[in-house]
Amino acid sequence: MNLSRTARAMLWAALAGGLAVVYVPLLIVLLNSFNADRTFGWPPPGFTLRWWEAAWNSTGVREALWTSIQAALGATAIALVLGTMVAFALQRHSFFGRDAVSLLIILPIALPGIVTGIALNNAFRAVLEPFGLGLGMFTVIVGHATFCVVTVYNNVLARLRRTGSSLEEASADLGADVFTTFRLVTFPMIRSALLAGGLLAFALSFDEIIVTTFTAGAGVKTLPLWIFENLFRPNQAPVVNVVAAALIVLSVVPIYLAQRLSGGEAGPR
Amino acid sequence: MSDPAVRLSGLRKSFGAVHAVTGVDLDIADGEFFAMLGPSGSGKTTVLRMIAGFETPTSGTVELGGADVTRLAPFERDVNTVFQDYALFPHMNVLDNVEYGLRVKRVPRAERHERALAALASVRLEGYGGRRPGQLSGGQRQRVALARALVNRPRVLLLDEPLGALDLKLREEMQVELKSIQREVGITFLFVTHDQEEALTMSDRVAVFNEGRVEQVGTPAEIYERPSTAFVAGFVGTSNLISGEAAQAVLGKEGTFSVRPEKLRVAGLGESVDGAEHSATGTVSEVVYAGPATRFVVELDAGGRLIALQQNLQVSSMDVMSLRGTRVRLVWHRRHEFAIVS
Repeated sequence: MNLSRTARAMLWAALAGGLAVVYVPLLIVLLNSFNADRTFGWPPPGFTLRWWEAAWNSTGVREALWTSIQAALGATAIALVLGTMVAFALQRHSFFGRDAVSLLIILPIALPGIVTGIALNNAFRAVLEPFGLGLGMFTVIVGHATFCVVTVYNNVLARLRRTGSSLEEASADLGADVFTTFRLVTFPMIRSALLAGGLLAFALSFDEIIVTTFTAGAGVKTLPLWIFENLFRPNQAPVVNVVAAALIVLSVVPIYLAQRLSGGEAGPR
Repeated sequence: MSDPAVRLSGLRKSFGAVHAVTGVDLDIADGEFFAMLGPSGSGKTTVLRMIAGFETPTSGTVELGGADVTRLAPFERDVNTVFQDYALFPHMNVLDNVEYGLRVKRVPRAERHERALAALASVRLEGYGGRRPGQLSGGQRQRVALARALVNRPRVLLLDEPLGALDLKLREEMQVELKSIQREVGITFLFVTHDQEEALTMSDRVAVFNEGRVEQVGTPAEIYERPSTAFVAGFVGTSNLISGEAAQAVLGKEGTFSVRPEKLRVAGLGESVDGAEHSATGTVSEVVYAGPATRFVVELDAGGRLIALQQNLQVSSMDVMSLRGTRVRLVWHRRHEFAIVS
């Protein structure tokens, strides 16, 4: 398509403006984590690693980080198993209510977190409390899994659509039973989709706060919860900034990997 | 070896309200090159998939070498398939693809390696073992698919439109090659095609499918020279039917009759006809010059139309074109006309 010079310049400006709105604030967070001024004076009077050191030595941060990782791993594991199973069921079989099930699987990612949070909170308390179980790590993991399943489901479904079932038929035709076919053909075909979906699920869970607030109970403090709690304590501000900066870096990596992975592999390379 | 390689008895398959196969009985002999020919939707591919085990018949049985395999899974049957889209495993190289069947049957590594290399050699793909399917051309992929199936030495090899995805020139090459490979390995080849020329060229016998049934089974010559139904006459070659009043007037017989276009001779009106021949007069309405031959469409005076195919032995295109609109007499030998079941 041929665009005039002006149109081209304007489109570039729109792109630059849009990206700036998103990324300049993030950049400032990153810079401020090295800002020598405790109140983030601008321009920074100097740079220091003091806040990073303080964050590293803070037991609160460390514990919250570990809690977040556990929750994200748990939610990702559930999402991988359930997301893959439901993707196979819906792609490879047709049954009554298939479209409805598909919609029900995808819906949680669109539901407002506060709705999911309140609903789960009520349900957990109603169902678990009679058994003497309170809110805790388990309920956080289940809460996160409700929307993490979607990313795995979508990735695996797209891969299955693209590869079709003829490879599995070919494998069966050549004498492989169902399990061998899964091990040698199906799993290698969907491996990168699983990884991509899993990484996205991990990232989604890792920075989730709303559902977490309603499902965590008293003892469980994930990193986002810790940040939110310390945000308005002036003496903690520099450390909060460091944690935020670290989170930015940590969430870029899985998203980048997931994007690279969901492109390749299945087709002929 | 009295049992046929494949025996289908009363085979039916319905998908909901769609009756894809409505009663097929077929015996395919050991070592035969057998074609299932028919238009798309005629049920031939469904029959193939039932023999492979991908579909379970609604009723009827599939026997392989005398054993009933109707309820067995694909991996329990001694057949292998060359898929229309080849279905090569894209994450494995060519050699691993060919070895796959031996690998899952736990053939020792050294032996399966040797057999896979031999199979690749038999399809003229030595040295391609390390490539990925994505790096091969369509014709090469087709041959890998063939090697991957043949290396297992199945009782029957099923081929689903094996040449459908290739261009014309490659297709003609592969027709010859498939035939010679089949003669070499001696395995029963059962292939599905919608291309009548392909079926006639390669097969020992052909089954013509229509609307889920077999219309006729026979050698290519029988199918072509003596089609038993109007459908076969029309699907395999040009039908050229003479029926109703025209049949009365021209042949003096009741019924529907067919004459193949190349059996007709385009002659002048005054041509004398001997007792062994029949003839009909008409007007040439169309002349189609097609290189080695010319097609004449002749509207008969008695009603109906016949198409005559004449080899361009002496004539040039100028000569034949000038015949349009002229009156001619079509002459043919009586043994080349045959009755059609309508």
